[in-house]
Amino acid sequence: MSLVARHLEAHGIATVILGSARDIVEHCGVPRFVFTDFPLGNPCGKPYDVAMQRTIISLGLDLLEKAFAPRTTVQTPFVWSEDQSWRDDYMRIEPAGIS
Amino acid sequence: MSRAVDPTHRTSVSYIDKSREYYAARGYANPYRWAHFENVPFATLQRPLAQGVLTLITTAHRIPSKGEPPSLHSVYSLSRDDPPARLSTDGLFWDRDATHTNDLDSYCPVHRLRELVREGRIGQLAQHLHGVPTEYSQRLTQERDAPEVLRRCREDGADAAILVPL
Repeated sequence: MSLVARHLEAHGIATVILGSARDIVEHCGVPRFVFTDFPLGNPCGKPYDVAMQRTIISLGLDLLEKAFAPRTTVQTPFVWSEDQSWRDDYMRIEPAGIS
Repeated sequence: MSRAVDPTHRTSVSYIDKSREYYAARGYANPYRWAHFENVPFATLQRPLAQGVLTLITTAHRIPSKGEPPSLHSVYSLSRDDPPARLSTDGLFWDRDATHTNDLDSYCPVHRLRELVREGRIGQLAQHLHGVPTEYSQRLTQERDAPEVLRRCREDGADAAILVPL
């Protein structure tokens, strides 16, 4: 998706990515990025949380209008849960082998 | 087991590291080479969004209608006036243990955007939103899919795009 954003931008269409894989998007290099530190799957906000979804999208709209240089990242203030174990569980390699 | 933030490690997950180590442990010798560029293009909006045309681009798949063969790797478009109740997220990388994708707006926020149009924050949504299912081949994304999305965006007169990878 970062490659598509770059192509559109190079041809005059302003873009913003809403995403949760910060390293992949920033490694590629994109014009504008709204990062939400959630498990992959809900980069626009938790399911059915309309207020959160509106806030995240609005940050994206603000960035479209106000960013003045490429590689601008904004991180949203939301926390998935106090328990951070989802970070370890995704693609976990069990000591005895592959889960 | 529950755990708190570990201040000796960066907080955000490195999917580049995780996937490299995961596939290496499965015996894949050649790690995936993620797209990386030094230079990044930048286009300034030519008019405020309240007067502009905005489109939405997702990596999710369209659910084929009855009898239609699934087309997992080609650009598709959907009418803004008749958005689907859901899209397919099968075959994409996302965390099935931690969450679900039953709410379209959590990854393809077409209803939220329609609200923002009604409220005047956005001039209008482009006639179509677009799907670009993630392609393993960066060459195909760059040479086939991205130009096709650009063509479709221009056809609809889009000034700007929100892109949401799952």
